[in-house]
Amino acid sequence: WESFLPSRVLVQPVQLICLYAPAYHLILEGILILWIIRLLFSKTYKLQERSDLTPKEKEELIEEWQPEPLVPPVPKDHPALNYNIVSGPPTHIITVNGKECINFASFNFLGLLDNEKVKSAAQASLKKYGVGTCGPRGFYGTFDVHLELEERLAKFMRTEEAIIYSYGFATIASAIPAYSKRGDIVFVDEAACFAIQKGLQASRSNIKLFKHNDMADLERLLKEQETEDQKNPRKARVTRRFIVVEGLYMNTGDVCPLPELIKLKYKYKVRIFLEESLSFGVLGEHGRGITEHFGINIDDIDLISANMENSLASIGGFCCGRSFIIDHQRLSGQGYCFSASLPPLLAAAAIEALNIMEDNPDIFQTLRAKCERIHELLQGISGLKVVGESFSPALHLQLEESCGSRENDVKSLKRVVDYCMNSGIALTQARYLEKEEKCLPPPSIRVVVTVEQTEQELDKAASLLKEAAQSVLN
Amino acid sequence: MLVAVLTYVGYGVLTLFGYLRDFMRQWKIEKCQNATEREEQKDFVPLYQDFENFYNRNLYMRIRDSWNRPICSVPGAKVDMMERVSHDYNWTFTYTGRVIKDIINMGSYNYLGFAQKAGTCQEAAAKVLSQYGAGVCSTRQEMGNLDKHEELEKLVARFLGVESAMAYGMGFATNSMNIPALVGKGCLILSDELNHASLVLGARLSGATIRIFKHNNMQSLEKLLKDAIVHGQPRTRRPWKKILILVEGIYSMEGSIVRLPEVIALKKKYKSYLYLDEAHSIGALGPTGRGVVEYFGLSPEDVDVMMGTFTKSFGAAGGYIGGKKELIDYLRTYSHSAVYATSLSPPVVEQIITSMKCIMGEDGTNVGKARVQQLAENTRYFRRRLKEMGFIIYGNEDSPVVPLMLYMPAKIGAFGREMLKRNIGVVVVGFPATPIIESRARFCLSAAHTKEMLDTVSTLSCSETCLKESHRMRSRREEVSRTAV
Repeated sequence: WESFLPSRVLVQPVQLICLYAPAYHLILEGILILWIIRLLFSKTYKLQERSDLTPKEKEELIEEWQPEPLVPPVPKDHPALNYNIVSGPPTHIITVNGKECINFASFNFLGLLDNEKVKSAAQASLKKYGVGTCGPRGFYGTFDVHLELEERLAKFMRTEEAIIYSYGFATIASAIPAYSKRGDIVFVDEAACFAIQKGLQASRSNIKLFKHNDMADLERLLKEQETEDQKNPRKARVTRRFIVVEGLYMNTGDVCPLPELIKLKYKYKVRIFLEESLSFGVLGEHGRGITEHFGINIDDIDLISANMENSLASIGGFCCGRSFIIDHQRLSGQGYCFSASLPPLLAAAAIEALNIMEDNPDIFQTLRAKCERIHELLQGISGLKVVGESFSPALHLQLEESCGSRENDVKSLKRVVDYCMNSGIALTQARYLEKEEKCLPPPSIRVVVTVEQTEQELDKAASLLKEAAQSVLN
Repeated sequence: MLVAVLTYVGYGVLTLFGYLRDFMRQWKIEKCQNATEREEQKDFVPLYQDFENFYNRNLYMRIRDSWNRPICSVPGAKVDMMERVSHDYNWTFTYTGRVIKDIINMGSYNYLGFAQKAGTCQEAAAKVLSQYGAGVCSTRQEMGNLDKHEELEKLVARFLGVESAMAYGMGFATNSMNIPALVGKGCLILSDELNHASLVLGARLSGATIRIFKHNNMQSLEKLLKDAIVHGQPRTRRPWKKILILVEGIYSMEGSIVRLPEVIALKKKYKSYLYLDEAHSIGALGPTGRGVVEYFGLSPEDVDVMMGTFTKSFGAAGGYIGGKKELIDYLRTYSHSAVYATSLSPPVVEQIITSMKCIMGEDGTNVGKARVQQLAENTRYFRRRLKEMGFIIYGNEDSPVVPLMLYMPAKIGAFGREMLKRNIGVVVVGFPATPIIESRARFCLSAAHTKEMLDTVSTLSCSETCLKESHRMRSRREEVSRTAV
């Protein structure tokens, strides 16, 4: 039994190995075994030494930490804090801060805000549906009025389909992130409005700004992107590209050069999203917007988005285009899926406003004539320059020379506005969030033209502005 | 356990079929009903990835008729629906022209029954509509601040018991445009797992760091708070500028109520700020309808930012934020909505004013109080009945949002359709609004529902549709029946 002793079984093979293996082999294995033993018994340590703070130290840190106040205090005389109070409807004759004035500040281009037919259509809808819809579109919030409005808008704009949102700002801010995701590229004009900027921020795509209305700059960016693509064709095959422009820019009052954009679209294979809040119901022979103005086939534009709060004098917004594009928003437009739908009375008001637009196509000519008139009258005011196209109903009056700082400019313009308000013309300054805008426009007075203004009133406004500029700025 | 397995199996089968159908569509064996890209733009980068739309094409399309049902009457307790049929498996719908009348509406957010087409609210709104018109055509800071808005804001502040309030045109936009104004880079947002898309979007747009804590779980929240203050910002270790906790009053998919006393205790201990979104709970909780703060008997001063919407309990549209005067002054100056977005429409404002006065009792009647009590009674009764019948119900006992678990994908479509056949309109939700194995049907109770309506709904949903019963309830019923014998 001695031969079965474990020492025998173990020792004999080891002895054999020691005899027959070369020396370096043995030494190496010996070192290896010692190293393994060392590792097994050494203490583990974490890569990032999490400071082992004692609970007492943690308590102290929590005690010491002082957060900032939730909001910083706002000085009482901040220009944006004290709103103008409008008593009564903001129509052609408006009562601002107790004084009756002629309204040159509300975007009521076609004067439909106090149109009797629109009001009675809204009244009928109110009697049938009540005020609110009590639900989003997916859950019993789709009314036949919404479906009718979508059909009418699609028919009016001559596209396949339209989709309605319950808030104008949310329209483009939800439409852009529905298509453009992280990794996609969007070329956007510098003067794009804030809603577009927020939509772009929500989409997390790469944003490339090009100089306002500068097609050469845009082409340069597109070319740069093309060379990038050639370096990495696989990535380029899945990166979507978009151009976002406005028909009539809110911040500068001019139009985008749409024919050149279409050419660039087909040359570089980029899709175009057009924001027509100001140009819908204003440009074009029948008010269909900038595509009609330039005579472009509407299918060339991938998506048109507009809000119904300007020409249609209602609330909300819509997007129109081909079904292939619009249908996607019904499941991925955040402002559509997760928000209550538009109150039916506002939808009925919009339908009636559309009816009026279709029945009286000559109001667009009338509006245009008035815009041209005021544009001409406002030329040559010393100290103020007119910014905007001659047919744009929303103009800006900027200071010819700055008074030193933006704050002082704003103060001077306020004095001009107050002078005009005291004499019966209601104007307002264009408001911006100074810290949030990507490219902050200079301070300006907004002048809005509507069809309801008579020629005498236009003349009065122009002469009053001349006087105001004279007395305040000189 | 068995249910979870069966649910996964169900989804697995659907996915397999989905792949098969896609394959057949690609090889033109089956006709492709999708809208397609223009010929001229076929060589552009595709707008949608194939996989993105897989769920849409193959799962959603099968039961698409449960959603977007068009109605043609006021969304009260009973509603009229336009009948629609599909001859090609839900790819397109045609309207037959018939109207299905008097469907019991368990889907609209009409908690206090203010969705009415006649009555004091409607008359007041009609008067304001004829005086002011429907639109406003300007922003708050420019020429859109009407006297009606000022009146509304004073009333809202009084209703909530706060110093000051501000109203906005859209509830969704209230969150997505004001959270970025309050916090920015260098701040921390602690958001509940199941927060609404508007809160998530607002938090993302603000640029602050977002950390998520488990739903209604105070230990998770406390741990995050402790870690945040002790360790500071990631990598730089600088202290955080502020910490904002985002919670909702009632969570719309779960029906659960936030644990407000504990959240406020934590918030005070760790010096952070609380943003409470009362979209569903304002008007629906509390003995006088003042929301979740009153329900717990707390003071509104403890909540830094009280946000809510007018869409649900007030039968109108829009949102509000209430709080201290400094907060509201700041928002009046720097909120994105005040500068760039149109203000509320005047008839909508009048509806809110009238309904709020009714709830407060300032119109001289007891109607508001009666409605709040009726809603509470309806909630308790309905929940008790469903539990007795053995359904699995989520959420707090007092919440008027009642989710009924379905789990299996096949039941989602079946439940919706069967209930419609019996003239009851329910809301069914599946993936992606809920976790994949937890599809549910959601009932939204209203003060306008009568006891008979609730009885009809609960009886029909039990007997005819044979849903899964909770084991606990079944054994208790068996016990009861055994002892009775």
